[in-house]
Amino acid sequence: MHPIFTSIAIAGPETVLTLGSLAALMLGTFSGKGKALTVTSLFAVAILALAGFTLLDAPAGITRAFDGLYVADDFSAFLKVIILAAAAASVLLALPWLNESGSGRFEYPVLLLLATLGMTIMVSANDLLTLYVGLELAALPSYVLAAFHRQDDRSAEAGLKYFVLGALASGILLYGVTLIYGFSGSTQLDVIAGVVSGQTERSIGLLFGIVFILSGLAFKVSAVPFHMWTPDVYEGAPTPVAAFFSAAPKAAALGLLARVLVVAFPGKIAADWQQILIFIAIASMVLGAVAAVAQTNIKRLLAYSSIANIGFALVGLTPGTPAGISALLFYVTVYVAMTLGSFLVVLQLRRPDGSPVETMADFAGLSKTQPKLAAALAIFMFSLAGIPPLLGFWPKFAVFQAAIASGLIALALIGFVASVIAAFYYLRLIKIMYFDEPAVPLATEGSAVNGAMIAACALFCSPIGMLAISPLVAATARAAAALFPA
Amino acid sequence: MILSFMILLPVVAALVVATLPGGDEERAGRARVVALATTLVEFVLGIWLWTQFDQTTSAFQFTENLPLFAPFLNWSLGIDGIALMLIELSVFLMPLCILASWVAVKKRVPEYMAAFLLMESLMIGTFAARDMFLFYLFFEGGLIPMFLIIGIWGGARRIYASYKFFLYTLLGSVLMLVAMLWMVNFAGSADIGVLSRTDFPKEAQFWLFLAFFASFAVKMPMWPVHTWLPDAHVEAPTAGSVILAGVLLKLGGYGFIRFSLPMFPDASAQLIWLVFGLSMVAVVYTSLVALVQQDMKKLIAYSSVAHMAFVTGGLFALNTQGIEGAMVMMLSHGLVSGALFLCVGVIYDRLHTREIGRYGGLADTMPKYALVLLFFTMASVGLPATSGFVAEFLVLLGMYQTSTWATFVLTTGIILGAAYMLWLYARVAYGKAAGDDTRAMPDLDAREIAILAPIILATLWMGIYPKSFQAPMKPAIAEVVARLEGRELATVPTDMTVSRTLAPALPAIAAPAHAAESHH
Repeated sequence: MHPIFTSIAIAGPETVLTLGSLAALMLGTFSGKGKALTVTSLFAVAILALAGFTLLDAPAGITRAFDGLYVADDFSAFLKVIILAAAAASVLLALPWLNESGSGRFEYPVLLLLATLGMTIMVSANDLLTLYVGLELAALPSYVLAAFHRQDDRSAEAGLKYFVLGALASGILLYGVTLIYGFSGSTQLDVIAGVVSGQTERSIGLLFGIVFILSGLAFKVSAVPFHMWTPDVYEGAPTPVAAFFSAAPKAAALGLLARVLVVAFPGKIAADWQQILIFIAIASMVLGAVAAVAQTNIKRLLAYSSIANIGFALVGLTPGTPAGISALLFYVTVYVAMTLGSFLVVLQLRRPDGSPVETMADFAGLSKTQPKLAAALAIFMFSLAGIPPLLGFWPKFAVFQAAIASGLIALALIGFVASVIAAFYYLRLIKIMYFDEPAVPLATEGSAVNGAMIAACALFCSPIGMLAISPLVAATARAAAALFPA
Repeated sequence: MILSFMILLPVVAALVVATLPGGDEERAGRARVVALATTLVEFVLGIWLWTQFDQTTSAFQFTENLPLFAPFLNWSLGIDGIALMLIELSVFLMPLCILASWVAVKKRVPEYMAAFLLMESLMIGTFAARDMFLFYLFFEGGLIPMFLIIGIWGGARRIYASYKFFLYTLLGSVLMLVAMLWMVNFAGSADIGVLSRTDFPKEAQFWLFLAFFASFAVKMPMWPVHTWLPDAHVEAPTAGSVILAGVLLKLGGYGFIRFSLPMFPDASAQLIWLVFGLSMVAVVYTSLVALVQQDMKKLIAYSSVAHMAFVTGGLFALNTQGIEGAMVMMLSHGLVSGALFLCVGVIYDRLHTREIGRYGGLADTMPKYALVLLFFTMASVGLPATSGFVAEFLVLLGMYQTSTWATFVLTTGIILGAAYMLWLYARVAYGKAAGDDTRAMPDLDAREIAILAPIILATLWMGIYPKSFQAPMKPAIAEVVARLEGRELATVPTDMTVSRTLAPALPAIAAPAHAAESHH
């Protein structure tokens, strides 16, 4: 067989997603006006599921394709499962919202499929150029999605802001890629690793390259000091889109970051990027915690919460050890469930006049008017705050365990203190829901699918979810080991 | 399995209570019954546990070990005498708390009962955990129900108090968590038994001790991080105060005896001055503060801080009498201050104020109540034949061997304690009633007597025949002391007896023999 077919077979999920998104576009165009969105959405979920199934019979070990541009291993497979699941959830959770808001166009699931395709490429990129292609493929549909509610000024503004800043970040990243290519002679990660470990002296050019790449990727994961877009985009973008942004792209970008740093820059140079990561992690944790205290808008609050969470996840990446990467993956998994769950609750609630909830004050007395949703949101908040026995505590535990095992005790201390500050604003939402008297009784959207997803996320984040620790950590450990070939 | 059952039963009951069908009134009624039944079953199980407990060994009993949450933590349970007695205290107070809230709590009764049941489960879990991270899980998990109890059912400044309680204790605990992660990384095991026999490097012990200290000192609470306690107590509902004073405050002392003393013996010996210093300040300062309180609950809260200073003083006497005294003090304080909060609750339910000046003359209008209050006032002061006397006597006896000065200062605390408690009693029970509404208050009813009578009996029992309560704890305390002295000897020139010089080399094996030799 021609090598190209072998490569396409290895890149199963990407192939399915490419063909599927094209088919979805056709399907949307040719199905009736009224039901185009529903049909396309369900089709998109089926495509995402199918892409997931192709991962099942993927060969064990590390398989390269397309002349080493692409790699399929346990690491990429694990992240792809999360990305595909988060994307499928994002397609489903948007349905009631889109139908109601008048933006019910079928392009939503199609754009989401394309962005997902970009993300799966990101986590499988074994070359700085594949990385860039994946990143842009994920980013461009995201800009459109941010501005999806085009009649709304805030949504248009969010899309524009995201586009301008995103393009700038991509430019910085690309500049870093050229520097690394110039000083190492390759764009392929394992070849760069060979060059780097062969060097006896520190190469300033490479270092600059790493800094630029880190800056570009820090923008994508919304880590401080490249986080400024996040609250504005989350606030302006349609809520389901914000939910999508907070989950799958974060998982993809963190995976990408881990692969680039661990695979391409091992050994002595690791100490250099570690310093940068320590700064980014601390700054994200602290700023995410402190800035959120003053927020009144629930979406902005969740935006700052995601900034802080990225900081915690980066603590896992900092040591650059298998235990740390495993903790990072575990963190990402639980974080996706927590953030999607929180957004789902926000989406599920309506003001009496039918408009979506925006401010935290809207939640006053929710425990009396909507006890089940309030209980679910309380679980997500305590979980995000990292209070045991809720599941959200254990990813924090895992990343700090990895940091302490590598002697980064000060980082762990600062992180834990930041988590106490962060606990304050998560508690505030609980206080509003449970201690305050109801102001306006909120109604629910009544979507059974979303209700079921909320229940599933809440169950996962509750103490019962602790039973998932063992299998999950076994899977993340296996995935992390793929980045460290013996 | 019995421990797992005791931990899981209240959780299941809490879920049942929270999801009961029916209208508001029906749900409230059923929730009360289910909660009371569950806590009574727990109490019976607790008594059964006591009867089955082997009092001759310091080893963990009723052990279970399931690698449920590997690789992070194991479902590893087991109790020694210290844990047993604290579990007894928890299961004893819990049904009384439910009864005390029977009519006083009117809003959201099912949620209230569910929160208390969760509380009970987490408290038993904290004492029964044999894996350090499992301990942390229960230890921290208790914050959530308590936060909700204070915040939803508390008084006027409940929100401020609930935040203060939560964030204060959380900040202390995360420092401890960092230390725990470091220790497990060093020792390669999270088993408390293994860690208690691990010799951590001396410099590390210092910092580890301080990290644990940050957490336990806040929970205890010790001066100057005690300020959350009066706020939390004042705003919590009566039963919340009882659990807070009765059991949650014991977590700090339990932490010291389970972790700080056996795991960091060098640092404990090195930092006696810190603990004694804070204890001395606490006893005198908080007693003086208690003297000027106008709010009954605040007064008792400050007296709790003073009593807890006796606990820390006794623990860091680092000898058998001191530690035993500290344990008895914890049990005694759990009963007596719990009962005092219940007594305040009784009159608060009638007049809806805790201001001392609004009462007076209760000895005339509520004679039964006045008698009960007098009994617990005396128990708090430490009158012989009550549990408080045994506790204070043992603590001072132990401390006298370590520091006469600290003992002297703590003894003045007893005098001050008598002053504020008796003055409180005089203002509430004697004199003239402050108003017609005060005069019209009915005396204790049958339910209230049923709540207070068991505590009176327990207090008397502990005061007259403390051996019943001390016996199960003796072997466990002897082991802690052996560990402490074994470590101390390691730094002393070794021209001592042969068995003592062997002790540091073989702490685990030599410890029991050594203890037997030096203390009997």
